[in-house]
Amino acid sequence: MNRPEKKSFDLYAMTWRLPIIVWQTIFFVGPLLFMVAMSFFVVKNYRMVEAFEFTNWEKMLGRGYFWDSYLLTLGLASLSTVVAMLIAFPAAYALAFKVSDSVRRWAIFLLIIPFFTSYLVRIFSWYVILAESGVVNAILGYVGLGPYTMLNTKFGTLVGYMTLTLPLVVILQTFALSNIDTRLVEAAHNLGCKPFATVWRVVIPLAKTGLIIAALFCFILSFGDFVAPYYLGGSKPPTLPILIIDTTKSGQQWPRAAVVAIMMMVTLFAVAFAALTAAYRKRSRS
Amino acid sequence: MASNNKSSVLTPSRRDVLKYGGAAALSMPFVSRAWAQTVEINMLAWYGHGEPDIVGEFEAANNVKFKPKYYAGGDNMLGLIAQSPAGTYDVILSDAEFVQQLNAAGYIEELNAADYNFDDMLHDDFKKFPGHWDGDKLHSVMVRCGHLGVSYNKNAVTAEEAMSYKCFWKPELKGKVGHFDWHLPSLGMMSLTNGNGAGLWDLDDAKWAAVKETTMSLRPQAGGFFDYGGTFNSLKNGEMQAMCGIGDWITGVLEKDGAPVASVVPKEGGIQWTESYCIGKGSEKQEIVKKFIQYMLSPEGQVKSAQMAAYPGFCITKAGRAKLNEVDKKEAERTGQVDGMPNDPITLIKEGRIHYRDIPKQQSLEDWNDFWSEYKNA
Repeated sequence: MNRPEKKSFDLYAMTWRLPIIVWQTIFFVGPLLFMVAMSFFVVKNYRMVEAFEFTNWEKMLGRGYFWDSYLLTLGLASLSTVVAMLIAFPAAYALAFKVSDSVRRWAIFLLIIPFFTSYLVRIFSWYVILAESGVVNAILGYVGLGPYTMLNTKFGTLVGYMTLTLPLVVILQTFALSNIDTRLVEAAHNLGCKPFATVWRVVIPLAKTGLIIAALFCFILSFGDFVAPYYLGGSKPPTLPILIIDTTKSGQQWPRAAVVAIMMMVTLFAVAFAALTAAYRKRSRS
Repeated sequence: MASNNKSSVLTPSRRDVLKYGGAAALSMPFVSRAWAQTVEINMLAWYGHGEPDIVGEFEAANNVKFKPKYYAGGDNMLGLIAQSPAGTYDVILSDAEFVQQLNAAGYIEELNAADYNFDDMLHDDFKKFPGHWDGDKLHSVMVRCGHLGVSYNKNAVTAEEAMSYKCFWKPELKGKVGHFDWHLPSLGMMSLTNGNGAGLWDLDDAKWAAVKETTMSLRPQAGGFFDYGGTFNSLKNGEMQAMCGIGDWITGVLEKDGAPVASVVPKEGGIQWTESYCIGKGSEKQEIVKKFIQYMLSPEGQVKSAQMAAYPGFCITKAGRAKLNEVDKKEAERTGQVDGMPNDPITLIKEGRIHYRDIPKQQSLEDWNDFWSEYKNA
């Protein structure tokens, strides 16, 4: 019987691993634990006082507006994910299968360019485009349509989310699709599979892991975004990141903001866990 | 022979020139620093107060440099001070209603009243502004103010309609009424709408419930909740056609830029925002900060405040107003800061139509903020 070989302590490997472990402990685990502790603190005269009270949890979770914000944020982030995935897929498909290597490289470079500029500036530029007196309504006006209110609506928020996530989703989907063995796609065609069925039954299952990770990134970024719902959605009604700002702005209630932040993190952990489980689950043979 | 090779001061060798020249060049920064060290003044203020259009001249004349830290809202300011060690901020610009809390918490120094010319104030209330004095002890000096009321787009609301907060409920403005995202001014205006007048901050349970009901009835009209930038943009591009919670401090900037917007004090009354300077507790630069406050009260400082690029405010001294009328008559007339004009801010105060912004008397700020969150989510 072969016993698993007991690994000896490898100083060389540890030397390389240690920095990231130390970094994560100091800058992620430490603050996270502090945030959890802070949610039990109290605020007196605008100053946090160490305590262990459940008041903040009771106050935040006991209020209807918290749950309204929670469901709204969850709904908007899910919608953003679905829309981004649907818009991105044809573009990513074309980049992965239909264009030359050179075009693909240029396209990816162009998709990266938006990240060179400030997200806030990009969001403010939408004011000019989406305003009632803006570019879109001016064009619609020529064909006798509008004007439509797009700013300070959920549509505005969604446009903001797309600004943030769409280039990234296209890039991730392109990488996921590029890794597919094209011979399998050709085999499907040779066996009489229709183009749409090939995409649905061959391409998507083969790129499943990458596609789910793209969707997960889109959800995480949308769920935690403050800028789009505030500046393009008019904070009407507020999402959870706006609720955090509101809570800290008035009365310096950082402990209550910590409660909201923890609820957000728990949700993201749950979604990420479910998504990664689905991404790496092996297909059962029937 | 050797003495022949020696260089003298009058006939330096090339090596001497390089050596002494290099030493002199390297020591210059230290000499100049020792000569005139620029003093850094840490300022905590609303946006704009530490910008060159306000402090530039003072900095140049006194060899100081302001390092501003900006906040939005009195709660935010208190929080920033509470989380900083004593002496962090040398000069603090506070909304007047928060001065009492700054003093109670021991965040500000006592001032010497004799250092400031209170006799020149345009209104008696400004000499002993509520909360700025503790008996005979002075803690803060008011430097500017402004009025909040109905802010509107002239193409959507008539001047006559704007004379009442009721215009916010106009059916044509559905989804077009914006809010400045701070509970105090908006809820204060709702209290005025309910006819609470001078008692707008002192609401018993029944009046508070009524204010909440009035506010909630405005929710279908609300088109968004904005910070300074958002308020500015949404009025400018016409997305919002009336705005609750602001006044000329925002529309004034747009109006000067040619936008068809204005602010008025309606018949139910308006709210005055008041900004005052305090010296931070433990500051080691109290003398120069005192000089700066005196400068802001001087005619030159008052004109700078009235013309401030970020947001204009009213002059509060007679000499300041006179100077403004002399150097910028147009701005003085636009804002009613001319003796005898019907919308002269001082006349409005004397007529009892202006109420100084305050904090709730019978509820906590938390109660108001909670309701504000509820309102936004409704």
